[in-house]
Amino acid sequence: MKTHSSIGTFAAWSGYRINPVGLVSVSVVLFWALVALFAPHITPHSVGEMIDADYFGPMRPGLWLGSDYLGRDMLSRLILGARYTVGISLAAVFIACFTGVVLGMTSAVLRGPVDMVVSRLLDALNSIPSKLFGLMVVAAVGSSIPVLILTLSIIYVPGAYRFSRALAVNIDTMDFIMVARIRGEKLPYLIASEILPNIIGPVLADLGLRFVFIVLLLSGLSFLGLGVQPPYADWGALVRENIGGLPFAAPAVIVPSLAIATLTISVNLLIDNLPQKIRDRSAS
Amino acid sequence: MKSRVPSLILSRLLIALVTLTIVSFAVFFATTLLPGDTATILLGQAATPEAIAGLRTAMHLDEPALLRFVYWIAGLFQGDLGTSYANHVPVATLISGRLANTLKLAGLTTLVSVPLALTLGITAAMWRRTLYDRIVTVATIGIISVPEFVVATLAVLVFAVYLKWLPALSFTYQVDSFAGLLRAYAMPVVTLTFVVSAQMIRMSRAAVIETLNTPYVEMALLKGASRPRLVLRHALPNALSPIANAVALSLSYLLGGVIIVETIFNYPGIAKLMVDAVSTRDLPLIQSCAMIFCFGYLLLITAADIVAILSNPRLR
Repeated sequence: MKTHSSIGTFAAWSGYRINPVGLVSVSVVLFWALVALFAPHITPHSVGEMIDADYFGPMRPGLWLGSDYLGRDMLSRLILGARYTVGISLAAVFIACFTGVVLGMTSAVLRGPVDMVVSRLLDALNSIPSKLFGLMVVAAVGSSIPVLILTLSIIYVPGAYRFSRALAVNIDTMDFIMVARIRGEKLPYLIASEILPNIIGPVLADLGLRFVFIVLLLSGLSFLGLGVQPPYADWGALVRENIGGLPFAAPAVIVPSLAIATLTISVNLLIDNLPQKIRDRSAS
Repeated sequence: MKSRVPSLILSRLLIALVTLTIVSFAVFFATTLLPGDTATILLGQAATPEAIAGLRTAMHLDEPALLRFVYWIAGLFQGDLGTSYANHVPVATLISGRLANTLKLAGLTTLVSVPLALTLGITAAMWRRTLYDRIVTVATIGIISVPEFVVATLAVLVFAVYLKWLPALSFTYQVDSFAGLLRAYAMPVVTLTFVVSAQMIRMSRAAVIETLNTPYVEMALLKGASRPRLVLRHALPNALSPIANAVALSLSYLLGGVIIVETIFNYPGIAKLMVDAVSTRDLPLIQSCAMIFCFGYLLLITAADIVAILSNPRLR
């Protein structure tokens, strides 16, 4: 009853209607964020320590998520894996969206040849399938965490660029931009103070979606053995390590799969349930 | 009025060609970036300096990168894909059989997924806001938001471990009977079908619903047309072009899916070949596989655009 009334107050205070799906998805996302943040402090066992005599052990008290292919505690490995999956993806999505959005707004404001060249080049980059691009970079320079972050962000720059450019082009035709131009404002002021505040809502929603894509790609690469390298392991690498347990349905292979699914599905649902006002400026 | 269709298609093809050139440039230079001398790798540590110098000249390694790029492209057109570093076999020989396997997998998936996805997408739009529609929508969102290997893992768990209908991870070569063929291809095709169909269902459902919201469909509704008739007779003909577009676009997801599926099921296709080539850093093999993949991807994307142009009567 108490929670209900507090939700009511929040709804009244913010003017947004809260729906249960949105609430559940926010809680799941927050949960994983906290797990990633405090990972080293909350692991019940050391990640590298082999504590179970049996491999692919079942769930039981003390080993709440069973043990992995070497008899290590799965819960600890999952908790630390959250840090790699969430951390790398967050870093990559911020770089990708920052670069893409700045380029997109610049193209929209400058128009002409700059817009043409940047758009064509990024379109070409976009027509390399993302997994293939990841494979090629790993083949060329090897896999390390900085390389992964950079590769993932380069792959998702074109998408962020296209999205923000389309929004910025609409804003660019408005009268207040014309006024600012006549006032003699320079490019940095135009994009930072005139355009960005008007597209920030949809841009943030897009950042969330792109975060999901990056989590998917990162897990995919790690699953192929080309992402995060041992001794570290993100959730994709955890599935790969323990794939041998699949024929007897070991929790070691199911749990990290489910962890990825809960994270990506709840971010997707969270964005789907954002108020229309935030999600899409042009619709309001 | 003169038809704009030929010029539109031509410009689309031109863009595809320009993109392919930029992509091949990127593929070539990305893979020449890596440290290590090709001639030394090919001949091994024990080779004499003279032998290495000779091979360098024969392979044009001393010439500028741009010129080597031209040689490489010219070689591609003559069917000369270079020699694999790992086992000194011409890349073309390695690829030919594998490519056929992958195309077989992709073809089977297309045959299964297109009719299935279109039926589900269109019927979901037909009975919009019913329980059936909600189930289809939630299931597709679920499948889209998880990685392909999770879909594969869950499919193995359900069909092989719990139901025991299909063999789990091993790809068997005994495809002498129809039943054997079914068993061997079932798991990879089922997984890929899930991955590709989810996109297709979403897009075709959205396309039909968009047409259902137009005034002329409302007119048909007011006339008293039944719901199936409304969708199949009135809305569908106009939704065909976005649906065809959706089919071609969704099939391009096969590329990403096939890399994971071939690895997890140990299927002897070209994507598995490429993943193995990446772990042995076998450059000529990686370059060729990457070019094949990019070409296939561009082909599907361009096909999607051209279908959209062709099926739009306003452009005729």
